[in-house]
Amino acid sequence: MHKLFLTIAGAACLISGAAQAQSSDAVLDRIRQKNTITIGYREASIPFSYLDDARRPVGYSIAICMKVVEAVKLKLDRPNLTVNFVAVNPQNRIPLVANGTVDIECGSTVNTIARQSQVDFSATPFISTTRLLVKAGSGIREVEDLDGKAVALPINTTPERLIKALIEAAKLNVRIVPVRDNSEGFLALSTGRADAFSTDDILLFGLRAATANPADYAVVGRPLSFDPYGMMIQKNSTVFLTLVNATIARMTRSGELQALYDTWFTRLSVPLSPDLAAAFKLQAIPE
Amino acid sequence: MNYAWNWSILIEPPYLGWLASGLGLTLVISLAAWLFALLAGTLVGLAGTLPGLAARAAARLYVGLFRNVPLLLQLFLWFFVVPELLPARWGFWLKRELPYPEFWTAIVALGLFTSARVAVQVGSGIAAVPRGQTMAALAGGMSLCAAYRFVLLPQAFRLVLPPMTSDFLTVFKNSALALTIGVFELTAQSRQIESYTFQGFEAFTAATVVYLVIALAVTGVMRGIERRTALPGGMGQG
Repeated sequence: MHKLFLTIAGAACLISGAAQAQSSDAVLDRIRQKNTITIGYREASIPFSYLDDARRPVGYSIAICMKVVEAVKLKLDRPNLTVNFVAVNPQNRIPLVANGTVDIECGSTVNTIARQSQVDFSATPFISTTRLLVKAGSGIREVEDLDGKAVALPINTTPERLIKALIEAAKLNVRIVPVRDNSEGFLALSTGRADAFSTDDILLFGLRAATANPADYAVVGRPLSFDPYGMMIQKNSTVFLTLVNATIARMTRSGELQALYDTWFTRLSVPLSPDLAAAFKLQAIPE
Repeated sequence: MNYAWNWSILIEPPYLGWLASGLGLTLVISLAAWLFALLAGTLVGLAGTLPGLAARAAARLYVGLFRNVPLLLQLFLWFFVVPELLPARWGFWLKRELPYPEFWTAIVALGLFTSARVAVQVGSGIAAVPRGQTMAALAGGMSLCAAYRFVLLPQAFRLVLPPMTSDFLTVFKNSALALTIGVFELTAQSRQIESYTFQGFEAFTAATVVYLVIALAVTGVMRGIERRTALPGGMGQG
């Protein structure tokens, strides 16, 4: 009798221990409970995460996240898991990930040490750098050429801080035109309110490609920064984070990520940079 | 929720300085816009009560235009569209040579928007003064100008002071929209603190408290003025 009790208790301990090891992750628990995974997307972060003509979220980051959804379905054995999309913006994306409104943010967020104090980041699916968009033939090549000119900078972004710091360090006399988003930045440049618009070069290429006459504009300058993008995930959800990173690793190894890159970036004539090619190699960790 | 609170961020340099400069801009823009609104609004409100048809029509058009178009849209129009419609030379001056164009645009747009509301109040204040008083003033030998100055306006202002107080408060709150054209006022500064530190809740709490303090101070001052200027025998007296 005594022995039987011990066996049962021992077995119970083992089962609960195993169950705990599987479900100690807040994000996966939440997804399982609601039978829904919530993806945070951006409405106009082309070509990473934006609404297409049918108002569906699409893009490079969204495509990667849909692969993550497949992996979650397998892991939780929920083939009919619902996918819920929630629009986020640069102001609310970190709080919404931190408070669990979205399970994974799939946009164009730069992974920084400061942001890591509130959220965790996935492996790096893209690397951007800050450069300048100018009118063709303006004679501006680098930040130093902006002396005595005006530059439009998006409010509350990493490029804004970087350019301001560079201007200050070189003691340039530059007028700063703060703009709310990329389309206002382009408006400021095209109406002559500013001589240059500076932000992540990939977004500048996107803006240039979207104008009626792309030849009128040029993306110029040396790379001013190293901005690795990442998917944001609630802090301390290691099981889910590992699942996301494993998905990216598998996509890199199978060449799927490279194919996605070609789909979304080749039409903007942005070739795979050596930095990103190296990042792809480093992330291709084996099973 | 996984959020690491850090209230001390609010008193750390440079963030405290950012909040202070944001508060300064909020106060300057709001007060300048209010002064502008009070002057323009009084003139338009007065024009709306004049006997002449043309003056009334012009006043109605002014109010209809500036009161009904959303302030956010007006800011955008003044900042981005108007300089393109002007002759190239003037547009260039507005865009490039005028120092701090976003600051002046915010004052003008907020002032015009608010002046339409002030005009309606001044107009209704004048209309609320019994008609016999105007007739008596004119019969007593006053010119129309003097009747407005000594009889109608002093009473009208005292009558509409309470609703004006709420518009005065609204100016401070509306000034937050100036951030959309790049003015780093209080709300913009707290957003900036969020983007630098990711401690948005603390920064927004600070801004909320500051707006509340401004509102309470304005209410207090206006209450005092209302009490001292209330019309004897009027409504709303204890």
